[in-house]
Amino acid sequence: MKNFKNKIKRRSFMKVASLGMATTALTGFPNILKAANKPIKVGVTTILSGRVAILGQTVLSGMKVAVDEINNAGGIDGRKIEVISRDSKAKPDEAARLTRELVNNEGCEVLLNCEASGATFAVNEVARDIKKFCIHCISETSSLTADPKNRVPWVFRAARQGIHDAVGGGIFASEIAKKNNLKKFATAAPDYAYGRANTAEFMEYLKLFSPDINVTTQTWPKIFQPDYTENITALLNAKPDALYTCLWGGDLVAFIDQASLYGLFDQFQSFAVNLGDLPILTAIKKIPKDVYGGARYHKDIPDTQANEDWYNKYMAGSDVLPTNWSWEADTGMRFLIDALKKTGGDTDPMKLAKATAGNKIKSPFGVDGTMTIRGEDHTLVNYVIAYGRTITKDPYLANIQQSNWKDIYVHEKDWKKRKKYI
Amino acid sequence: MFDFDALINCFGMASCAVNQLTSGLIIGMLLFLVASGLTLIFGVLNVINFAHGTFYMVGAYFAFSTYLFTESYLLSAFVGALGAGIFGIFFERVLISKVYGQDILMQLLVCYAFILITDDLVKLIWGTDYIAMGIPDEFRLAPFRIFGGYVPPLYAFLIILSLVIGILTILLISKTRFGSIVRAAAENSPMVSALGIRVPLYFALLFGLGCALAGIAGALAAPVRSLTPGMGFGILIESFIVTVIGGMGSIPGALIAAIILGLTRSIGSVGFPLFVDGLMFLIMAIVLIFKPTGLFVKGSSK
Repeated sequence: MKNFKNKIKRRSFMKVASLGMATTALTGFPNILKAANKPIKVGVTTILSGRVAILGQTVLSGMKVAVDEINNAGGIDGRKIEVISRDSKAKPDEAARLTRELVNNEGCEVLLNCEASGATFAVNEVARDIKKFCIHCISETSSLTADPKNRVPWVFRAARQGIHDAVGGGIFASEIAKKNNLKKFATAAPDYAYGRANTAEFMEYLKLFSPDINVTTQTWPKIFQPDYTENITALLNAKPDALYTCLWGGDLVAFIDQASLYGLFDQFQSFAVNLGDLPILTAIKKIPKDVYGGARYHKDIPDTQANEDWYNKYMAGSDVLPTNWSWEADTGMRFLIDALKKTGGDTDPMKLAKATAGNKIKSPFGVDGTMTIRGEDHTLVNYVIAYGRTITKDPYLANIQQSNWKDIYVHEKDWKKRKKYI
Repeated sequence: MFDFDALINCFGMASCAVNQLTSGLIIGMLLFLVASGLTLIFGVLNVINFAHGTFYMVGAYFAFSTYLFTESYLLSAFVGALGAGIFGIFFERVLISKVYGQDILMQLLVCYAFILITDDLVKLIWGTDYIAMGIPDEFRLAPFRIFGGYVPPLYAFLIILSLVIGILTILLISKTRFGSIVRAAAENSPMVSALGIRVPLYFALLFGLGCALAGIAGALAAPVRSLTPGMGFGILIESFIVTVIGGMGSIPGALIAAIILGLTRSIGSVGFPLFVDGLMFLIMAIVLIFKPTGLFVKGSSK
């Protein structure tokens, strides 16, 4: 009797189980997963320690604006975005290792790489190898996307590109050089891929627009070097008419403080492309007057309600002022979210790549309120590029001029041809 | 890679020569302060303090906080040195004294753990941002002009002050009762104990002195070098090069080696900007091959 009862029970169980399995087979597993509201995990590596740790911090706060917006609106088909971040300490090998770990151990389905150039090239190859959709949000080295050898079908860049800044900055600086009769230029740049490429591109375009300009001295401090005295005195000895520097972050703060001791900024005109980031401008105790700098992120450029709203949302979730890296991280996240919406939350790299190539989104940082990731070279265009002159008080930059993208497109194409990229 | 014309031109012009020689001296003297602490600790205690750069960082942060409240540069430098010294004594008593005489790998591990813990503590207290202390108002002056070259008053002050501190340290070790006791204890510590002297106390004080030297270097440099957690690492490597060239345990050796390195950097930035670091290591390699004990230490290598 007991056995009989058990048999019945087993039979009923089998029936129910088969019914359940059939239902699952018909409707598919993804819906069960969606019903479970499993979040889409986004793996982020960035620099959260060392001299530029503040920039990594502003990366996370920047992308939080976009993540909060989508999650508060219910996520993507009910699935929320979850950012899992790791500190690479700016080391390429560490960034590569952590990227693999984020995918293999943490179950990240997509990657937003927020590393400087050195580590970005390493992560680029990891993304190629493990075939995960990835957007680089920070590296500005032009060859990352311009050189077809580096390009990966499912990897994109949502950041400035050196060549764009070089053309915009070159035109801006050449006008000042002509007006003030500046002929002899010196350069001071960090000694790694970004510093060398950026300086070469900037000087190339400056000379193109003002052919009588010469570079007389170049000095290459190491990245994160504590003391710049020997570089500063080398610049003073050269007595140039003007200086160009692409030092950035805490390095730029230290350089400016040390150079001020020698009165360097009183002796010749200076251009510092990375000067216009708020935490840098506020960290320098006595900002020298009349240094020309790029407006990396500025809440009044463009002077729109959308930009102001973004700034306020950012500041509500951060105790550090936004940087260039903040808007770039926010932009990368927005392109990812838009692509995920188009694929219905499917993280297949080729499907996401198809949704991203040539995609245009609304953005507070675009010159006309929009930005595009170009299909042909997977890189961001139409973002604000602007230069201004330092003043000693808030907002620290004045006389800001925006670069014209029509000029940039023309010169970028010529540059690509010269480099044999197209 | 080598631009000998630029180098000859530079030394043909008084202004360039002044600029490069004084910049070599300022780099060298701050490095000397850090390296002298390292070499002092090694010379007496026979411990390689791999965490030495940490005390440079701690000194800078203590100075920064003091400066916020007092706006006095000299007081900040003093507090930086004192803070680093006390922190050093704590490190010696609680951690490193436990591994005296043990395998060097064990000392390295203890130091590395200490570096990581202190870096994280600094992050917790002062945050991860780079901090600039700013140049004190009394030194916001136009640079001195010497033969057309530029010498910032702050740097002239630092060169002289570092030299004075270096000389005082040498005198303390060679001429005072404290110096005699630690040197005797280094030679034969049971004998010194037998005379009723508390050797561990003297060792701790000496370790603290070494750390205070690193701390004052960090504190003095704080106005011009941005402060970040982990800032001690770069200076540690250069301090090791100085100690190897000058000779482990020799303070005058550290002084000469630090100036050699400072001048290599400053002259190198004109004549061979791409090979500055390479040349520093090359000098170290040559010293290691031909005089492994370092330039100023007699006897065989250890």
